Amino acid sequence: MNERVGGQDGHEHDGARRRPGADDDGAAPLEGASPSARAGRVSRRGLLGTLGGGAVGAVLGGVAVGLSRGSEAGAEAVSSAAPANAVVEFMGEHQAGIVTPAQDRMHVAAFDVTTSSLDELIGLMKDFSSAIGYMTRGLPIGGSAGAGGDDLLAPPEDTGEAVGLTAGHLTVTVGFGRSLFVDADGKDRFGLKAKLPEGLIELPHFPGDQLEEARSGGDLVVQACADDPQVAVHAIRNLSRIAFGRASVRWSQIGFGRTASTSKAQATPRNLFGFKDGTANVKAEDTSVVDEHVWISGLEGESAWANGGSFMVARRIRMTIETWDRQNLGEQQLVVGRTKASGAPLSGGEEFTEPDFAKKGANGPLIDTNSHVALSHPTRHGGAQMLRRGYNYTDGTDGLGRLDAGLFFIAFVVDPRTHYVPIQNLISKQDLMQEYVRHTGSGLFVIPPGVNEAGGYLGKRLLEG
Amino acid sequence: MKKQHLLAPLGVLSVAALLLTGCTDNTKTASADGAITVTESDTECSVATATAPAGQLTFKITNNGQKSNEFEVLAADGLRILGELENIGSGTTRELTVRVDEPGEYLVACVPGQVGAGMRQAFTVTEATTKETVAADRAALQKTAVEQYTAYVRGQVQQLLPATEEFAKAFAEGDVEKAKALYPTARAYYERVEPVAESFGDLDPELDFRKAMLEDGQEFTGWHRAEEDLWGSEGYTKLDAAGRQKVADFMVKKTKELYDSVRSDDFKLNIEAIGQGAIGLMDEVATGKITGEEELYSHTDLWDFQANLEGAKVAFETLQPLLKDSGDEQLATTLTERFAAVQKLLDAQKSGDGFKLYTELSKDEIKGLADSVNALAEPLSQLTKAAAKVK
Repeated sequence: MNERVGGQDGHEHDGARRRPGADDDGAAPLEGASPSARAGRVSRRGLLGTLGGGAVGAVLGGVAVGLSRGSEAGAEAVSSAAPANAVVEFMGEHQAGIVTPAQDRMHVAAFDVTTSSLDELIGLMKDFSSAIGYMTRGLPIGGSAGAGGDDLLAPPEDTGEAVGLTAGHLTVTVGFGRSLFVDADGKDRFGLKAKLPEGLIELPHFPGDQLEEARSGGDLVVQACADDPQVAVHAIRNLSRIAFGRASVRWSQIGFGRTASTSKAQATPRNLFGFKDGTANVKAEDTSVVDEHVWISGLEGESAWANGGSFMVARRIRMTIETWDRQNLGEQQLVVGRTKASGAPLSGGEEFTEPDFAKKGANGPLIDTNSHVALSHPTRHGGAQMLRRGYNYTDGTDGLGRLDAGLFFIAFVVDPRTHYVPIQNLISKQDLMQEYVRHTGSGLFVIPPGVNEAGGYLGKRLLEG
Repeated sequence: MKKQHLLAPLGVLSVAALLLTGCTDNTKTASADGAITVTESDTECSVATATAPAGQLTFKITNNGQKSNEFEVLAADGLRILGELENIGSGTTRELTVRVDEPGEYLVACVPGQVGAGMRQAFTVTEATTKETVAADRAALQKTAVEQYTAYVRGQVQQLLPATEEFAKAFAEGDVEKAKALYPTARAYYERVEPVAESFGDLDPELDFRKAMLEDGQEFTGWHRAEEDLWGSEGYTKLDAAGRQKVADFMVKKTKELYDSVRSDDFKLNIEAIGQGAIGLMDEVATGKITGEEELYSHTDLWDFQANLEGAKVAFETLQPLLKDSGDEQLATTLTERFAAVQKLLDAQKSGDGFKLYTELSKDEIKGLADSVNALAEPLSQLTKAAAKVK
């Protein structure tokens, strides 16, 4: 149990922050709760509504109210708030969970929106935003009593399994699929068609794709990442519950270990091939690279709402683990283009040495021209880079005794037409690695910008703009 | 439903009505004191009028039969009982008052012998003639809700008994086709009130346990025992006549016990039980019917689904006046919409008099049903709290 509360930085578990009343004293009942929030069970949730006014005091109470020492409740909120190093701020210009240093665990879910009412969709985004505000702060949804007060006749608002855990650097990142804007026949579902960003394309079929419909697509995506798998699963579970009647889970995937670093402070982790993955990833510290390759900017007109957002590519890439494991080391390194031990390119040097694709050995280039590193390198793609944020996954075994495992690939890019499709096409066609992987799930989503205003909620600029 | 003897021979009726009420004419309307005269016997059910204005309705009921009788006022769905009078002894006259505020179509029924659906006929409630507004207090509303739901449970169980007997007879006699045809419809009475049956100790395990739920060494009895024998499973050896008779007799015996239990004075419900019963019924759907686990051999899960849904809906409608009273009308609206949404999806699976088999449903259809059940069950979990709240 202890490793759960410890987290990656060994930060402390502060049970005191859930002292009764510590968080919700600053909460004024809000107008603006969604129509569905007003409907029935969600009504208590609706008391908090969107992240405006009093809700900032509630959801973000520890900081917003506390720092100003504006009230006794606020002061208590500060002393009782989760340790700063376990909380990733939810509010901001961009959504968290993209350049945030990659947490170790992930649970991602895609939803089909089942309501046809724009108002209900707006209500859902408000309720999501409110719940995310609580959870990322390490609080039960609805406040300190949210996971069980003295009301015995109704289920608690929060399911409770994260009580006693830290916030675990939880980030919850929400995005929209193309199918939210237009249905399969191109029909405008919610009056949002004109706002469909051009980059939110229908991904083409890539050579070798074996996509399963039940693992692909979705109108909404929710990526929950945390140090602790229980915190990430808690987030998806509760958001799914909030969504009942408005959206239903289409697929979800748990990732048990990060395969990418998004900060220079992080060591490069390994994927299930046993190789370091993401050595050359975009790092948060390189803000100009992030600005150029990750954040959407400069869109005008109807799709300007997406500025400050990004595109998320998700691919469930199953590895044929058993066959890979019987390849000799030379073959494995040939496929990847790097050494297994240090991650250095086969052209020599250390992990972070730039690969030299021209350098020749006795039998031609030291790095095979069809190796993964050669085909995916930015120099092959006009400099296009992706911020990768994938996770190793396993769903147990497949009934034939083979591990159902691989990489849940996630990348955030400024435009998938330039930063993903050409790269994947080349990889799918030529990469030696293709022999050991099959893509079984796929999704492309536009990630709206963050919530950075009182009264805001995720997707507001799209839904109300 | 069978065609009932709705109208008694006119002469007999008129005499009875006249004798009772002292009216000199107009047997088609209410008596002088405003009561609607009802004359019932073992084979007849005569109601002096088929229409009355909304408000307090009083029925003056005389039982001219040999068997003890019952009189019920039901909602148009034939399930929800708004008011009933039980144990009307042979040769006695008693009064039933029922408050009906909503104009619309209703049913009234006499139930001779207090078993089965009884003899039903349409009854229309028109707009109120006087603007009387009776602000019933919350305690009174709760009392009415409990009375209505208790009557509903009894009504279902008293229909379950003859349905079980009929099924058991066909099963014991080896009339496989008839037994198979009766199986899903007879069970519906049980499935509508299953949480109540579950409250009586061993009755539910004895009547409705699935094979997989049994403990090692526990005898497999009840509906699903018969189901397995009728539809069979791989490597299954069918029962002989004596074996079938034993299963059939046990089902009837236990159903009689259930009947006696719900008619006992000890049978007491409260608001929480009604609300939780509704939730329990939708849980049944979510865990057993959506997965096809309930009817492993017959695959008639959608019949059970329909019955569970109806049972939950009756519970909700019974509690609805309490939601209105406490200002939880939005919850009521949401629940009304979502009950309808589930029903719409179920209706799409209708086939003949019944439904498609579970095995005939596509994965998408099952997912759609599962989504609609989640959408309903989540707000339904707030029903008990809202109804039980003290204003």
